[in-house]
Amino acid sequence: MTLKRRDALTGLLLVLPALLIILGVTLQPILTTFFLSFFNASLSKLTANVYLGFENYVDLLSDPVFWATIVRTLYFTVVSVGLELVLGLGIAQLIQSKPPGWKFLRVSLIIPWAVPTIVTGTLWRWIYNADYGALNALLVQFGLIEKYQPWLTKPFAALNLVILADVWHSMPFIALILQAALATLPVDLDEAAAVDGANAWQRFTKIRLPLLRSAILVALVIRTVEAFRVFDMIYVITAGGPAYGTVTISYLTYLETFSFGHLGRGAALSFLISAFTLGMAIIYIRFLYRPEDRAL
Amino acid sequence: MKRSLHRLLLFLITIPVLLFIYLPVFYLLLTSISTRSEILSTPIHWIPQNPTLKNYRDILTPGTTTSEVAKTFKITLRNSLVVASSVTVIALIVGSLAAYALSRIRMPGRQTLLMGIMGTRMIPEVSLVIPLYILAARFGMLNKPPVLILTYLSFALPFAIWLMAAFFETIPVELEDAALIDGCNRVRTFFSIILPISTPGLVSTALFIFLSAWDEFFFALIFTSTVAAKTVPVAIAEFTGRYVVDVGGMMTGGVLAAIPPVLLSLIFTRYIVSGLTAGAVKG
Repeated sequence: MTLKRRDALTGLLLVLPALLIILGVTLQPILTTFFLSFFNASLSKLTANVYLGFENYVDLLSDPVFWATIVRTLYFTVVSVGLELVLGLGIAQLIQSKPPGWKFLRVSLIIPWAVPTIVTGTLWRWIYNADYGALNALLVQFGLIEKYQPWLTKPFAALNLVILADVWHSMPFIALILQAALATLPVDLDEAAAVDGANAWQRFTKIRLPLLRSAILVALVIRTVEAFRVFDMIYVITAGGPAYGTVTISYLTYLETFSFGHLGRGAALSFLISAFTLGMAIIYIRFLYRPEDRAL
Repeated sequence: MKRSLHRLLLFLITIPVLLFIYLPVFYLLLTSISTRSEILSTPIHWIPQNPTLKNYRDILTPGTTTSEVAKTFKITLRNSLVVASSVTVIALIVGSLAAYALSRIRMPGRQTLLMGIMGTRMIPEVSLVIPLYILAARFGMLNKPPVLILTYLSFALPFAIWLMAAFFETIPVELEDAALIDGCNRVRTFFSIILPISTPGLVSTALFIFLSAWDEFFFALIFTSTVAAKTVPVAIAEFTGRYVVDVGGMMTGGVLAAIPPVLLSLIFTRYIVSGLTAGAVKG
């Protein structure tokens, strides 16, 4: 055996355990899910599956509930990621300008990010509580509302409040990534532009923003994929209510599968999410693998 | 003069940001040390007049009068610790071996493999859960910690491989070439040359895996319903009973669940930031 082939064999042996695990806990399940999505499978009678062809998919795509859920999920994704990006970028820039206490601010950002998602959701649900919550108390004390409001009983308000909780939890992620990227940018570029008479805003939009492109992209794609399949936050804050007002695509899949027992339909749904997120993954990998982006 | 005015202005902007970050945190802490009657008072008692550690006592040293959820909370903390640590150790060992091979050894299809492994990170848990549930039920593994350890590897392992591969690529090849020429084999080179200088990468990877395993809710919700394997996030979600909500207990549970990840992140901030820039995912 040549040295090269032996090396390749060693490599294969080193990768093998990982491959076996991935095969078992990811590849096999995702293929089974794909397979199940063509059957009328249910939780109660797993054995008597009836082959349906594309019926689960056709059913879903012609169901207004599905489309309303897609629209809601996209709204959630765009608004929360959009807010997180704008706030994150602003805060990253703020830290980079080193005002008094900037180190404290940077450390503080870690906290909301490190608080578990379920704890975040539980906390914010209590903040939004109609009778005793801090949101009502605060707004009444500042005279912004006259009496306590049952915030989570209004579908659109509830959706936006879940977004607010999500922003609190996830915005620091973007701020920290962007701040780290900002810190690596050469200072002299900025100074040269300042000497040439560029004002702060121009230096931000014309110099730093283009240089941050790859960092922003990474943060955006990761967060978009995550937000698109939000589940935990919805589960604890609203449980999809009121009146399906906060049911997102992952939550609908959960309901279909585990509350209604429609395994096949749930599988089809989850496969649609996979398809979308895999599409995002391809974009993600392509951008991550461009040599200039690895230097981030 | 203009410069100090500018700094003052910047400082004034940091205040609302800090308030946005800390108000919910303080509210969580204050509610956890409030009595039930103060929690349920209008107008609100921002600062509890009779601060109490009863909620903490109920969870940490449960008596006969404490609620069932509070009683079992400590066990769920232990379950979370067992699951998150096991996942971290397994993913770190299996993952760094694979990452080393994928980033260093020339073999057919390694680029495709790395991409494929990365791609699996984008598969949502919902797409895996049905077949995994069926399998777990068939093998009698529901409600047992191993089922969580195994299923958590579906996100932890690709994650470890990705982060460690990114880290190994920053180590100059010349280092191991010398060892390889001297006749060390791959495995020995890995353990004696690469691993000792990889501590920063390993720490940051371990942190991210531990934090995401500690945070995981969906698999835990589906696969565990008894105290034998239930993790902290599920326990917290269960504080909201059908009829009564033990808000103080719930918030105290929240504080206790948040302490390990927050402390770890604050101690290892440097590693968190370097891990984030390598493309970490924990949301």
